[in-house]
Amino acid sequence: MKLKKLIVASSIVATGLMTNFAYAADTIKVGVLHSLSGTMAISETTLKDTVLMMIEDQNANGGLLGKQIEPVVVDPASNWPLFAEKGRELLAKDKVDVIFGSWTSVSRKSVLPVLEELNGLMFYPVQYEGEESSKNVFYTGAAPNQQAIPAVDYLMNDIGAERFVLLGTDYVYPRTTNKILEAYLMANGVKAEDIMINYTPFGHSDWQSIVSDVKRFGSEGKQTAVISTVNGDANIPFYKELGNQGISAEDIPVIAFSVGEEELSGFDTKPLVGHLAAWNYFQSVDTEENAEFIAKWKKYIGDDKRVTNDPMEATYIGFKMWVKAVEKAGTTDVDAVEQAMIGIAVPNLTGGTAVMNSNHHLSKPVLIGEIQEDGQFEVVWETPDTVIGDAWSDFLPSSKNLVADWTSPIKCGNFDITTAKCSGQQF
Amino acid sequence: MLRLFPFLFFFVLSLPVFSAENDAQGESELTTLVGQLPSTKLNKMSTLIEKIADTSAPQVRAILEPLIAGDLYYLKSNKQVVSVFKNSDNQYQLTDVLNAQALPTVSKSAIKKVRTNNRLRGQIRDLLANLDLSSEQAEVRISALKLLLDKPNQAGITAVNKLIKTEQDSEARDLMSAIMLVEQLENGNDAEKLSAAKQLSSRLEPSVKNALVSELQKIPASQQGGPLKTELTNAVEDIEQQISVFKLAENLFFGLSLGSVLLLAAIGLAITFGVMGVINMAHGEMMMLGAYTTYVIQQTFPSLIEYSLLMAVPAAFLVSGFVGILIERGVIRFLKGRPLETLLATFGISLILQQLVRTVFSPLNRQVEAPLWMSGSLEINPVLSLTYNRLYIIIFSLMVFFSLLMILKRSSLGLHVRAVSQNRDMARALSVKSSWVDAITFGLGSGIAGVAGVALSQLTNVGPNLGQAYIIDSFLVVVFGGVGNLWGTLVAAMTMGTFNKVLEPSMGPVLANIIVLVSLVLFIQKRPKGLFPQKGRAAE
Repeated sequence: MKLKKLIVASSIVATGLMTNFAYAADTIKVGVLHSLSGTMAISETTLKDTVLMMIEDQNANGGLLGKQIEPVVVDPASNWPLFAEKGRELLAKDKVDVIFGSWTSVSRKSVLPVLEELNGLMFYPVQYEGEESSKNVFYTGAAPNQQAIPAVDYLMNDIGAERFVLLGTDYVYPRTTNKILEAYLMANGVKAEDIMINYTPFGHSDWQSIVSDVKRFGSEGKQTAVISTVNGDANIPFYKELGNQGISAEDIPVIAFSVGEEELSGFDTKPLVGHLAAWNYFQSVDTEENAEFIAKWKKYIGDDKRVTNDPMEATYIGFKMWVKAVEKAGTTDVDAVEQAMIGIAVPNLTGGTAVMNSNHHLSKPVLIGEIQEDGQFEVVWETPDTVIGDAWSDFLPSSKNLVADWTSPIKCGNFDITTAKCSGQQF
Repeated sequence: MLRLFPFLFFFVLSLPVFSAENDAQGESELTTLVGQLPSTKLNKMSTLIEKIADTSAPQVRAILEPLIAGDLYYLKSNKQVVSVFKNSDNQYQLTDVLNAQALPTVSKSAIKKVRTNNRLRGQIRDLLANLDLSSEQAEVRISALKLLLDKPNQAGITAVNKLIKTEQDSEARDLMSAIMLVEQLENGNDAEKLSAAKQLSSRLEPSVKNALVSELQKIPASQQGGPLKTELTNAVEDIEQQISVFKLAENLFFGLSLGSVLLLAAIGLAITFGVMGVINMAHGEMMMLGAYTTYVIQQTFPSLIEYSLLMAVPAAFLVSGFVGILIERGVIRFLKGRPLETLLATFGISLILQQLVRTVFSPLNRQVEAPLWMSGSLEINPVLSLTYNRLYIIIFSLMVFFSLLMILKRSSLGLHVRAVSQNRDMARALSVKSSWVDAITFGLGSGIAGVAGVALSQLTNVGPNLGQAYIIDSFLVVVFGGVGNLWGTLVAAMTMGTFNKVLEPSMGPVLANIIVLVSLVLFIQKRPKGLFPQKGRAAE
C-alpha cells in the first residue's frame, strides 16, 4: 500500500518536473487548422475546442510517449486558399506532428497538396462526399455509404417512400452526394420522373416556390420524401416555409445530412419536430462513454447549455486513435504512425467500436433520428452493426472499379481492380 | 351469519362481472394490448395500434392522442402506460390511460417514452380521423374528411356512406360526396364511372386528379375512344387547366411577396441614399438591429409572444433611428460631399456593429419565435394557399411605404427634407436648419430599416450577418427605381420580385437570380438614371 502511494507520488512529481522541461525542450506538437472567424467559425470553433480539451485531458494523464502535447492553433478564417498557406506554416515552420482540421470539402482539397508534398498527417472529422483517399489524411467522418445510402434505405423500407426530392446548396458536397444518390435510386428501380433535384445558393431565404413545388410533387399519390443537403443557415427558413405551407413530417418527411444538435440550438424547433437526420452519433444516445464525454465537454467549455454533435465525436475518435497509434509505433514519425493507424480500434461514444480500415476510413454505426422539441434527436433506426466507410462509391460509373488500400502490396488510394493499376493521381 | 359470509362475498364479487360481461372482455383485451406497448419493437407497432383501434373501446382516443403528441410514457418500475403532462417545475403529472386515474407526479428518470415514428404517427392520424368523422364540431369533421379524401380507407368510406344522409354542414357534405364519387369511380360499373368522372371534373383536390389519372391508365391504350375514356380525358384536362391558372396566381403572389421584402429592405435606403445622397453601407446593420430588438422584446416579455411583433415595430424604429442619428452626427456630417470616404466610413461602422452584436449576443443565430397568427396559411382552394406570414408582410410593407410617402409629402418635416435635398443653400437662406434636417432624415431612414428588420426576423435568420444579405439588393432596387423617387422604389422592388419568381420554377433559383442581375445591369447601361429619373433643375 505504502509502496503504491510512493510510486504514484513520485510519478506525479516526475511528470510535474517533466512538464516544465518538456515545454522548454521537447513536446509533441499538434496543429489545429480550424476556422475561428468567417462563415464557418460557428461550426469549426467547436472542433478546435474539442481538440484542445482532448489535449488537456491527455496531458493530465501523463502526456504521450512521456512528453507533453503542445497545441498549435492557427486561423484559416474560412478562406479556402488560406488553408493551404496555414497548413504549410504548421508543417514547415511549426513542425507539427499531426494536424486536426478542416470542415468544408473545398478547404480539405485546398490543403491536401501541401500535406502530400511535405508528408504531413491530417485527421478530417466531417461527413463528406467521398471519392478521395490520400495517404496523408484519415477520414473520421462518414463517407456517403455511412450516411446518405443507409438514409435512403430507411426512407424506402421504413417510410415506404417512392418519390424523392433531392434539395441541396449549390456546392461540391451536395452535388456529388446527389449524383451518388440519384444513381443509387435508379439502381433500386426508382424512375427518373420520380426524382426531383434542386439547388439553391448559400444562405437562401425565399423558399416559397421550391416548397410549393415539393408539395405539388408530393401530392401525386405516391409517398414522397425529401433528402436535404441544404447547408447551415438556409435550413431555418426552409423548415419554416414547410410548416407554413402545411407540410408535416408525416406527409413528406425531410431527412437532412447537415442538421445536427449544434445547428438546432439556434432554431425555433417547432416547425422541425418529426423531421429526420442521419448521423453516426447523437447526443441523446444513452451510453456511459457518451455521458462522460458530454459532462467533460460542458465542464471544459463552462456552459451547461452547449451541445455535442457528430463531428465532435469524429474528432474524439480521431484523437484517441492517433494517440494509440503513436504509442504503438513508439514515435510520431508520419510514415510509422500512418501504418500503425490501420487496424487501430477505439470505443466510439454510441456503445460500439470504431476501427480504422486500410482505406483510411472508419467503421461507423449509422443512426437515424427524429428531431424533438428540445432540439435533440430521438433514434428511430440504426444499422445492426458498424458499416465500413467506402472511399470510392460503387454507384458512380467513374469510381465503381476503384478501391483504396494503404497496406502492402497495393499501397494506393485509387487502385483500379480491373486493370490492377494505381492511377498514380494521389487524390 | 358466518356461513352466509362466503356466499355474500362471492355475490358481491360477481355482480359487476355479470352486468358487463361483454365490456369486460373487450376491456381485458385492451389491457393486454396496452400492456404490450412498452415492449413492442417499432416495426411491430403498426399491427398493435391497429388492434387497439379495432377494440373500439372508449379509451382508444385517450391512448392514441397522447401517442401522436409524444406524451405517452410508461413507468420504468411496473410498465404501467400513462399519458404525461409536464408541469412548470419540470415534474411530470401522470394519468393512467386505461382508467383515467391521476397518479402521483414523478421526475423524468422514472418514466420512458413509448416510441413512435413518422409512419406510425401518420397511421394514428388516419385512425383518429375515422373517429373524428362523427365529431360534434363541423371543423373537426371537415378536416377528418379532407384527410380521408387524401388517403381513403375502407372503414372511413363505410362510415361516410352512413353519415352522408344526416350531415348538415354543406362543406362537409360536399367533401363526403366527393369521397363517395372517388369510391364510385374506382369500384363502380362503367355507367357509374362515367357519371362520377363528369361530376369530379370541377374538383381540384390532388387525390381526385390522381384517381382520374389512374382510372385513365387502366383503360388499355389500344382501346379507341369510348365514352368513358373521353370523359376521363376531358376531366383530367379540365382540372389541369384550372390548376395551371391557380399556379400562375400562386407565382404572382410569391413574386409580390419577394418584392415586398425587397421594398422593405430598400425603402429606408431610398431616403438616406435616394433623398440625401449618402451612400450608407451600414444600412443592412440597421435592419439587423431591428431584428435583434424583436429578439430582446421576446426575451423580456416571454408571455406576450403574440403581441411581440406589434411592440417590436415602434421599439425597433426608435433603436435603429437613434443609432442612425448617432452615426450621422458622429461621422457622416464631417464627410459631406466626399462619397468615397462616406462609403468606407459607413462600411467600417457596419463591421463594428456586426462585431458588437457578436460580442453581446454570441455569433450564433438567435431564435425569434413566430406568433401563432403569423404561422400557417390561408387556404383558398386545395391547390392555392397563401401563407399568413407573407400575406402580412405584403400588407405591412405597403403600409410602411404609404406612411413614409405621407410624411414626405404632407408633413412640415417632409417639406424641409425636400427643400434641403433640392437646394441646400436656398433652404438655409429661408431659415431651415439644414444640419438638423439631415440628422432627422437619416434617423428616419435608419428607423424604417429597423422596422424592416422586425419583418425580416419572421422570414430569415436573426444573426450578425442578416444585414449583409440584403444590402446589395437594397442598392439595386433604389438604383433600378431611380434615385430619389419613392414610387420608383416600389415599382422596382415589385418588378424584381415578380420577375425572379416567374423565372424560378423553370430554371431554378440560382439561374433566375443571375438572369435578373444581368438584365438589371443591361437596363442600367441603357438608362443610367433608372426607371423614373428625377427631372428638372433639382436633379442636377
